[in-house]
Amino acid sequence: MWTGIKLIPDHTKIDFIGSRYIGFAVTAIMIVGSIFLLATKGLNYGIDFTGGTLIEISTAKTPDLASLREDLNNLELGDISIQEFGNPNNLLIRVPNQESEDPAVQKAAVDSVKGEIEKAHADVDYRRVEFVGPQVGKELKVKGVVAVLAAMIGIMAYVWFRFEWQFGVAAVVTLAHDVFAVLGFMVIMGRSFDLSSLAALLMVAGFSINDTVVIFDRIREMMRKYRKKPMYEIANLAINDTLSRTVMTSLVTLLSLVALAVFGGEVIRGFTEALLFGFVVGTYSSIYVASALLLYLGLRPALEEKPS
Amino acid sequence: MIQIPTWKRILIIGVVVLSVLFAAPNFIPKDKQDEILGKLPSWMPHKTVNLGLDLQGGSHILLQVDLASVTKQRSDDIISSLRPILREKKIGYKRLSTITTGGVRVQLRELSDASEVTKAIRAMDSTLSLQTNGDMIEGTFSEAAIKTIQDEVINQSLEIVRRRIDETGTNEPTIQRQGDDRIVVQLPGLDNPQRVKDLLGKTAKLSFHLVNMDVGSSDVKNTGGDMILPMVESPGETLAVNRQAMLTGDMLVAAAYAPDQNGQSAVSFRFNPVGTKKFCQLSKDNVNRLFAIVLDNEIISAPVIREPICGGSGQISGSFTVKEANDLAILLRAGALPAPLAIIEERTVGPSLGADSIEAGKKAAILGLILVFILMIGSYSLFGIFSCIGMLVNLAIVFALLSVMQATLTMPGIAGLILTVCMSVDANVLIYERIREELREGRSAVSAIDNGFRMAFATITDSNLTHIFAAIILFSLGSGAIKGFAVTTIIGTAASFFTALSVVRLMIIYWMGKRKLTTLPV
Repeated sequence: MWTGIKLIPDHTKIDFIGSRYIGFAVTAIMIVGSIFLLATKGLNYGIDFTGGTLIEISTAKTPDLASLREDLNNLELGDISIQEFGNPNNLLIRVPNQESEDPAVQKAAVDSVKGEIEKAHADVDYRRVEFVGPQVGKELKVKGVVAVLAAMIGIMAYVWFRFEWQFGVAAVVTLAHDVFAVLGFMVIMGRSFDLSSLAALLMVAGFSINDTVVIFDRIREMMRKYRKKPMYEIANLAINDTLSRTVMTSLVTLLSLVALAVFGGEVIRGFTEALLFGFVVGTYSSIYVASALLLYLGLRPALEEKPS
Repeated sequence: MIQIPTWKRILIIGVVVLSVLFAAPNFIPKDKQDEILGKLPSWMPHKTVNLGLDLQGGSHILLQVDLASVTKQRSDDIISSLRPILREKKIGYKRLSTITTGGVRVQLRELSDASEVTKAIRAMDSTLSLQTNGDMIEGTFSEAAIKTIQDEVINQSLEIVRRRIDETGTNEPTIQRQGDDRIVVQLPGLDNPQRVKDLLGKTAKLSFHLVNMDVGSSDVKNTGGDMILPMVESPGETLAVNRQAMLTGDMLVAAAYAPDQNGQSAVSFRFNPVGTKKFCQLSKDNVNRLFAIVLDNEIISAPVIREPICGGSGQISGSFTVKEANDLAILLRAGALPAPLAIIEERTVGPSLGADSIEAGKKAAILGLILVFILMIGSYSLFGIFSCIGMLVNLAIVFALLSVMQATLTMPGIAGLILTVCMSVDANVLIYERIREELREGRSAVSAIDNGFRMAFATITDSNLTHIFAAIILFSLGSGAIKGFAVTTIIGTAASFFTALSVVRLMIIYWMGKRKLTTLPV
């Protein structure tokens, strides 16, 4: 009977935990780097959080970016950013919220931008117009942060309840690690951070917790099975036993993400990129952060004297 | 374990069949949907998933009701009706003012007048809670009173917004209250919401005032019983009109577009009986005077009263375009908003982008499925095929539930769906890998399958529950886009739990039948 191809040979004995210091170094660089980037360059918050107006247009003839940029900024409506979106005939234009509280002023600003575009491109197709008031922007920011934090606390509580508190702590540290790493990645990519980026962040957290829980589950099982083995060996055993599953699931997820990246379109490009990166980080962290961390949380002696 | 009781088998198969049936309408091509669904017998499911505005194209508008203005208006009204009463009763006061949080404050000259004043205020508005502190009387709206007022205002606003939007003939608009002071308006298929925005941006408070010709347009300060208002027709010019309105817009019973005798665009209207009587009397008393028709504190027309008007109908002519006159008629018919509305968020997606997104989503989903199918079948041969079928069943369950619940599928929702597919694959991978391990340890085929499902069960439960847990938190806290993501994640994860542990298991059991297996195709 044909049994399918085994991507990972049986009984691997890779010493993942032995190389944990390399992992710690990578983690440290990644996290310190991310925090540094977040503090210095910062996220490029989209209008969802800053407020403002976003216009996506598509034109028949390729617009001259430089001259359009000049024309629009001559309107003196604040810093209007223009970027190509997917192809040269698609542009993304961002108009900041005007100082005045009066909605008519904002409307007039957007109308004058539209007027300026229509001068050069009478046939323009407004694919998308999004306006977020300053109040709503602030609220979405607060809501987003609260949602991410609450989800993390909820996950910790569940893992704590199902396992032991050490697992809960390790799970949350891992999640925080992934979230920071992805945020750092987003700073580097410089794409605007909006609600869909937040969704990407949450999805990464979802993948990562999934991976972590699977390995934790196996660690717990091993701990029951081998009461004498040190944590070091238990963790290694668990990671190796679940390795083929980790690889398979990773491949499946990567494949669906690749499909999204190829065909998903420009609107979710940033989203897919963040997911691809976050997903690799999530797999890495469930081994090198979550499992390695358990060694130090006093579940049982981490290293036992090797029999001489 | 290898045995599944018959009732369970029937239940599992039943769920699958129902899911496929309920999901099916979503997979009929759009252009043939009506035709095909129309031919189905009525007991067959017809509902499809609602596509979010980001996929379908359309406009989402979030409005904020200016509730503070309502209590302020109420306080102003109390003051302006209190002033003449105090004057009439010859009660002296040092100060008469409104409180910013809503309410009125009177500082008396004579303490002995206190009870008289309290009585007067109470008679005007019984919801005020009164406090006397020396010569100061404060009437404030209690929290409960404010809550009642606000609820009233929001409900009234919802009604007026609905009426105005209905008048524009927009297809299937959704108008809902959100939170304490907001209204969400969703207009599918509308790619230029300017007209709707114009209509919603106006309070449309209409009133008729006598013009005070003694005050020149150069006197810009509001004097006594008059107020100076700008004229729409001639920008820069103003007229002084009586503060007291002769009649207000709520006395109108009909309004329609009708050209005037010169062929200019105008709006004709009719008063209700009370209004008719009042207007008749006032026009009799004020022949040859000007009266101003005021809309949202702007004079839109100021005609001369040539003769008493007692028929109950009239006409507003200004320099309107046809569209403006039509919109004015709509606004008058729908009535005035109890408080101004401000647009605080708007998202409009044109039909081209929406269609592109759906196309992109479809392509990505198909490519993703094909790649995953190849990988799964390549790795687990026959069992891989079972899990591919499981994946399709999973999608069917999600679409069926989304259709039945009439939930809305958005782009983040599609992302949640992809996560779901990965989850359902993961559950299968966990089981199969476990079966392989059990086989390696020398167990028989049957007991390996048995153990595989049993041991993987705990892991799958843990990982799925953590997911659902996080998604529920997101759902209860998140905003629109995140909610969409959470809904599909919750449904999808629950469905994947079911397909992996019941549907795929059932397939494996049927396949095994009564065979004596020694090896397994994993």
